[in-house]
Amino acid sequence: MSERIALIDYGAGNLRSVHNALMAAGAQAVDVAANASDVAAADRIVLPGVGAFGACMQALSALPGMVDALHDAAVEKKRPFLGICVGMQLMAERGEEHGTHDGLGWIAGTVKPMASVDPQLKIPHMGWNDVTPHGAPPLIERGEAYFLHGYHVALADPADSYAITDHGGPVTAAIGRDTMIGVQFHPEKSQGYGLDFLSRFLAWRP
Amino acid sequence: MTVRKRIIPCLDVANGRVVKGVNFVDLADAGDPVEQARVYDAAEADELCFLDITASHEERDTLLHIVERTAAVCFMPLTVGGGVRTPDDARRLLLAGADKIAVNSAAVARPELIGEMAERFGSQCVVGSIDARADGKGGWEIFTHGGRRGTGVDAIAHAQRLASLGAGELLVTSMDRDGTKDGYDLALTRTIADSVSVPVIASGGVGTLDHLVAGISEGHADAVLAASIFHFGAYSIADARAALAAAHIPVRRRESVG
Repeated sequence: MSERIALIDYGAGNLRSVHNALMAAGAQAVDVAANASDVAAADRIVLPGVGAFGACMQALSALPGMVDALHDAAVEKKRPFLGICVGMQLMAERGEEHGTHDGLGWIAGTVKPMASVDPQLKIPHMGWNDVTPHGAPPLIERGEAYFLHGYHVALADPADSYAITDHGGPVTAAIGRDTMIGVQFHPEKSQGYGLDFLSRFLAWRP
Repeated sequence: MTVRKRIIPCLDVANGRVVKGVNFVDLADAGDPVEQARVYDAAEADELCFLDITASHEERDTLLHIVERTAAVCFMPLTVGGGVRTPDDARRLLLAGADKIAVNSAAVARPELIGEMAERFGSQCVVGSIDARADGKGGWEIFTHGGRRGTGVDAIAHAQRLASLGAGELLVTSMDRDGTKDGYDLALTRTIADSVSVPVIASGGVGTLDHLVAGISEGHADAVLAASIFHFGAYSIADARAALAAAHIPVRRRESVG
């Protein structure tokens, strides 16, 4: 398999962990890609991400041509795309973490703080929780995965929801459309469940 | 169901070696933290914690290398603490593969560090680590330097301050109980857990599985940390999980056996 997998390097803290996990999940090679040209040449793209939405979008936008290259590859050319955690949140139109910031705008919705109505409900949402598929989405299987986030994607169109979890009510766990998918949980930190998910993504021919 | 309560084995590391003797069998090198991490990954611990108790400047690269090697073979969440004094210290550990960074003494000396890290990397990866002793007057005082140095700082106020500055989690260790096997200081754990909106990890003093259960049911902790009861083989992660489940505490189902 000589497929080219581009793992976008824009300084995200989980870059190495995602790289390790993709290799453990069966990837032959993963290109750590900081150039737009690497993305244009890729057959499959993974966007990692942890931290604040605005800071991540700013770092991604600071790579010359990267946002356009991602749009061209994932939206126009329909190359399989996976966003992880904040990498998933960036797929939305905007984020409301430390001010309002534009996202990539591929999926209609806004990234909002998780509101704690119940004082017993701890924020950030941290730990293992259910991944419950919504309908019959690609790649997502029922199971338990590791979540670590204080913001969540509020989708405009429920059809873009691929999975939910539960933290004081339903919380978006996965989103997607056509050849793109984003997961709020960390497959690179979800032991067997996470590696199996990444294996399915690597084999995905949507 | 809801988010699961977590079971976190903790490895104390000094000069690149696991400090407390461990009697896992079948390990080529029982003092190698990475070998230990693999055992806990295979046992499906919910997270792993490395605390570098030397954490001198010279040892930083040793710790980074351990984190790198661990992240290459373990696909579980990893909290790392010890000697983190600046956001750049934290960044190096995150890039090496750590998911959360625990800050202790430096956040007593300069609590703003917590806010600086939260702004740069997000609250979700900032753990405020609190070592406290009962003050004999019904409260608790923050201690640093492995519990040897009192600070006069009230532990509850400090915990609330770290949470408000952006710590996404608090690791609360009773220095009175640490190493005693008498159980967590439940009043300390509960007082902090009930006064902050972020998750709290109970730490210090576990000797039995009942102590783990009490940390959650009576201490109101979101996660329970233990070292020697796991390292010395008295109980397995599966034993701990079964004990919590028997007490109707939500825990992970064990899906794979390996």
